[in-house]
Amino acid sequence: MKELKIIVLAKQVPDTRNVGKDAMKADGTVNRAALAAIFNPEDLNALEQALRIKDRYPGTKVILLTMGPGRAAEVIREGLYRGADGGILLTDRAFAGSDTLATSYALACAIRKISAYDIIIAGRQAIDGDTAQVGPQVAEKLSLPQVTYVEEITGLEAGKISLKRRLERGIEIVDAPLPCVLTVNNSAPDCRPRNAKAIMKFKHARTITERQDNSEDYISLFNERPYLDIPEWSVNDIESDTGQLGLSGSPTKVKKIENIVFQAKDSRQIAPDDAGINELMKELIDGHTLG
Amino acid sequence: MNNLFVICELDEGKIAEVSLELMTKGRSLAGELGCKLEALVMGYKLESVENQLNIYGADKIWLADDPRLEFYTTLPYTAITVKLFREEKPQIALLGATTFGRDLGPRVSSALKSGLTADCTSLEIGDHQDKREGKEYKNLLYQIRPAFGGNIVATIINPDHRPQMATVREGVMKREIYSDTHKGETVRLNLANYVSDSDFVISIIERHMEQSRVNIKNASIIISGGYGVGSKENFQLLYQLAETIGAEVGASRAAVDAGFAGHDRQIGQTGVTVRPKLYIACGISGQIQHIAGMQDSAMIISINNDPNAPINKIADYVITGDLEVIIPKMIKYYKQNTK
Repeated sequence: MKELKIIVLAKQVPDTRNVGKDAMKADGTVNRAALAAIFNPEDLNALEQALRIKDRYPGTKVILLTMGPGRAAEVIREGLYRGADGGILLTDRAFAGSDTLATSYALACAIRKISAYDIIIAGRQAIDGDTAQVGPQVAEKLSLPQVTYVEEITGLEAGKISLKRRLERGIEIVDAPLPCVLTVNNSAPDCRPRNAKAIMKFKHARTITERQDNSEDYISLFNERPYLDIPEWSVNDIESDTGQLGLSGSPTKVKKIENIVFQAKDSRQIAPDDAGINELMKELIDGHTLG
Repeated sequence: MNNLFVICELDEGKIAEVSLELMTKGRSLAGELGCKLEALVMGYKLESVENQLNIYGADKIWLADDPRLEFYTTLPYTAITVKLFREEKPQIALLGATTFGRDLGPRVSSALKSGLTADCTSLEIGDHQDKREGKEYKNLLYQIRPAFGGNIVATIINPDHRPQMATVREGVMKREIYSDTHKGETVRLNLANYVSDSDFVISIIERHMEQSRVNIKNASIIISGGYGVGSKENFQLLYQLAETIGAEVGASRAAVDAGFAGHDRQIGQTGVTVRPKLYIACGISGQIQHIAGMQDSAMIISINNDPNAPINKIADYVITGDLEVIIPKMIKYYKQNTK
């Protein structure tokens, strides 16, 4: 089979799994600065699936696509270190305030510009929203079939891919035509670690904005090694209906955000010794909570 | 027109639990809005679903019944839903936050350019004032969900786009029969008008589904473990206690992510919501997203090394200490003092 072109959709997310005490401000809003920005975990599972295809079909190109602020270029570098061939950062104030629908529209416009792709792979969901919507919404915008909850690519031949899906109560093996959109679960294999050669090759990879912000002079380096350029696409680089982007393209609006306050109870402390446990158990049995 | 739709999911030929829960919620929202409650069911051999939906208060039942729809695939189900919604213009559409609803919902919302809110924990009707635009909105669907890893609760609205779409996880809403004698109208869709051959490009080669062995939603006692349990091996202690006292084992998201327990045991905003008569939280710190899924338990016992674990605040009994010491004591006492 010929080599393929695979686009991996990745998102930089705050690490909501490790929310410390200082993560919330006094006014109940999230203190993003207190949370580490990481490569969305299931997007790493997605990247691994793309890299496995590349292992089997050398010459396959794996391109990362991420939308976010300038610092999201970090996600592209992380992907390059792990074996991706290139990456594009989609960044513009026009995308700010996007909900999942506006995000998927912008991503779909960028994917059309990349063109000639065979497979689009994304993580099932991002840990900051857990919506699992962007993958299917991108597929719809591109009129492509989708296969969600993928755990394994079980077969790949010209124009056809076979996939194992992990559902609530079992598995499903499906055949899908190419091109198509896949979303990958965290039950799929973990992503391979960074590769020393790739780190050496890409450690100076920068977007144009990062180069401008950087006082060091890399001009000659970038002239010699064009692969170090991480393309940065703004709204002007994609063909889009701007009404469908950002806040104006987002049908959902946040009406209200509240801090969660739970009603505290008068808890009774039980000693962790025989006497304490036995008394508690007796109470539970006598009150018919147990037994 | 302008009614409330529930996109129903099938579970072995019957309407799934989560869809019936949404019918109950939909019935009360439709009552408040003064609109009709309609159900859409796609599948094969749908003879029995009518009675099931009628008693949950369906005013109209739309059936897409065809052998090619026996098992869910994205494209034909999307095509039917999108075309029907274009014709019927519902104001609200609800579906379960299952692998089915989370595959179909975003696809439909993307096609209709309407908003979709995932994993709502509460749905209400309310008004909205857009001061900047000087616009007043009456009777919007407030879609309330925890956000940001469960650290805040957001109320989401879709002021200008219809349908207002939301998914809800199983167990969040309560299921209740509306009336044993209620009967709505049934409409069978002529499939040829809704799908084309090109919608059937994905073929299901194999399916292995098993009856869930885990039934945490209906368990009256739950022993639940968190990251603090430490390992999959340590979870065995929880199973031992569960077996002794007749309970089911649950887990927090952190424990599931760490591989200590399976996804089917996850309790919380991204898992199942439970309301047992006794909830024993072992090594669970109590992230809000977990508490949201168990706070209505009648009695809560927290066993934790950390005396300041947030979950202790909502617990009726707090035992500060090691699970390895405390759980065997509980098992021993129970065995000695019950028949």
